[in-house]
Amino acid sequence: MSKVVYEKSRGLTDNPLSYCPGCAHGIIHKIVADTLTSLDVLERTIAIAPVGCSVMAYEFYNCDGIQAGHGRAPAVATGVKRTNPDKIVFTYQGDGDLAAIGAAEIVHAAHRGENITVIFVNNAIYGMTGGQMAPTTLIDMKTSTSPKGRAEAGTGKPLLVSEMLAQIPSVAYIERVSIHDVPNINKTKKAVKKAFQNQIDGKGFSMVEILSTCPIGWNKTPSASLKFIETNMVPYFPLGVFADSPAKEVAE
Amino acid sequence: MKILMKGNEAICDAAIKAGCRAFFGYPITPQNEIPEYMAAKLADSGGVFVQAESEVAAINMVYGAAAAGVRVMTSSSSPGIALKQEGVSYLVGADLPCVIVSVSRSGPGLGGILPAQSDYFQATRGGGNGDYYLPVYAPFSIQEAMNLVVKAFDVADEYRTPVMVLLDGMLGQMMEPCMLPEIKASNYDNSWAANGNSGKRPRNTITSLNLKGEGLEAMNIRRFKTYDTIKEKEIMVDNRVQDGDEVAIVAYGTPARIALNAIEMLKEQGIKAGLVRPVTLWPFPYDTFQNLTSSVKRVVVCELSMGQMIDDVKIGLAGKLPVSFYGRTGGMIFEPEEVAAYVKSCI
Amino acid sequence: MVLTFNDDLCKGCDLCVDVCPKKILRLDDTRVNAKGYNPIICTNMDDCVACGICAMICPDSVIKVVRES
Repeated sequence: MSKVVYEKSRGLTDNPLSYCPGCAHGIIHKIVADTLTSLDVLERTIAIAPVGCSVMAYEFYNCDGIQAGHGRAPAVATGVKRTNPDKIVFTYQGDGDLAAIGAAEIVHAAHRGENITVIFVNNAIYGMTGGQMAPTTLIDMKTSTSPKGRAEAGTGKPLLVSEMLAQIPSVAYIERVSIHDVPNINKTKKAVKKAFQNQIDGKGFSMVEILSTCPIGWNKTPSASLKFIETNMVPYFPLGVFADSPAKEVAE
Repeated sequence: MKILMKGNEAICDAAIKAGCRAFFGYPITPQNEIPEYMAAKLADSGGVFVQAESEVAAINMVYGAAAAGVRVMTSSSSPGIALKQEGVSYLVGADLPCVIVSVSRSGPGLGGILPAQSDYFQATRGGGNGDYYLPVYAPFSIQEAMNLVVKAFDVADEYRTPVMVLLDGMLGQMMEPCMLPEIKASNYDNSWAANGNSGKRPRNTITSLNLKGEGLEAMNIRRFKTYDTIKEKEIMVDNRVQDGDEVAIVAYGTPARIALNAIEMLKEQGIKAGLVRPVTLWPFPYDTFQNLTSSVKRVVVCELSMGQMIDDVKIGLAGKLPVSFYGRTGGMIFEPEEVAAYVKSCI
Repeated sequence: MVLTFNDDLCKGCDLCVDVCPKKILRLDDTRVNAKGYNPIICTNMDDCVACGICAMICPDSVIKVVRES
């Protein structure tokens, strides 16, 4: 008797992923895809892709997909969800998309308590455009726009997005997780599942911030990049739950 | 049975009757009554209203609702319409229908809140990036504004494009007796929509992205074929020039009504003038200016701006007739007497 | 225990090689896949305990793990 321990998720299309070798976007895509199939909502899900490395995410999730302007995914998701409240709507965004150009949109989607799920991939850099500094780039981290290493003077300390958004009263659930090893991948799976279950149960705005990698932008091997999350990212971006109070009143 | 209604509010009733099920807006004078009215009324017909955090967010909510196959509208004024241009370019690139009501105020910059027509280029030349145009309707009465909003929804769905209804602030703010237009049943195919039914059909994707040159070129060329069809079938112009008229006065929106008064004054002074009033600013009625009756010796363009539509009039005339311009800007509105005096001075 | 690889999806990123507790995976430098990468190969299938860690960490869903009991 044979048992399948692991196989490619039905929640992913046959399109090969466009990410660089070893980029953790792929790991996160699998987690989200597995969640959509295990919760049996894939066929009524609408994925909202950002601008950034995951701009073509709508070609990778095996459900309806919409590509949103840079930073605008939470607003697009609002338009979709409010007019189709019975569908499952999630945005998949990078740190430049969500925390820089899209800061107003994410704050106000949370502020309105939109019943959507946000997958926020924080790899502390703009990957697609060639490795520029992002709001979450660590101090002293070299990027193409902080060539001598990010200095706090003039660019500030890296933005703690989960902690920031957790201050918004109407937020239902915010957790920061990582994928730098299998135990943490499993924790990420639980968090992502909860974030989608909240939406299914109509509990309001749920976001999972997932620390991720950029081997090319960080100039490290894929394995060293996962290690870098553990040794450098997690100390500054503590993992854990920052908000867990499902809303009473959620827009129908 | 006609009822007295404010332009901004009449537009909402027409949109709701046309099946508008979602409105996303943001406060800006002089269009505030539109989001206010929608906030009060849209839910009664099962629609959705959201006041967004910015015009940028609002147009992207429109993008989302349109991508999910819902009739959706937004509105704003001048600087707010400027903020929406990136979103409009995405809507065009993804072939998404929606209606955008622009109630223009004086500019540039924060400018003023008095009515103006200095957003003609913004509306007709596309403020966003890439090769595209929007069908733009310019009513000059509240009844026509209602009729054109209904038409805008049909044109948007038929050609899968955003459509703009451009008013000057006066039309939005003034009240006139009007009646809800008749709505012809319309069932446009939106099987393309990403509305979360990938269990019942192949999955749908909505995007304006195409990294392959050939792919994007093909998308653009196909869109311009659609524009050719729109030019053939959708041009609207109110051409009141008759044989014997020696001057054609070109104006759109409420200034066209001022021009009509000026034309009456000129008639009393023995000067025969006729009005040409473009109703679709895009597609612009170029041919009308090629085929003006032979008695017309001069064209006078009147706008509440420093002259923007005049460029299109010149393109239409192609040098066939001399063109003069009379305009006021900054929110100032010309009187019929001013227009009549200017026209007289040109002859 | 059976590991099967969808070779053409592999980008030779080495993540599975590093996490395999049995150290039975490595990049096959004798061949190149459609993308031009050296794909993954299992050096000793008998040692595989079907823990599935390699498949979980693989960003591109290259590896299928089946436990035969």
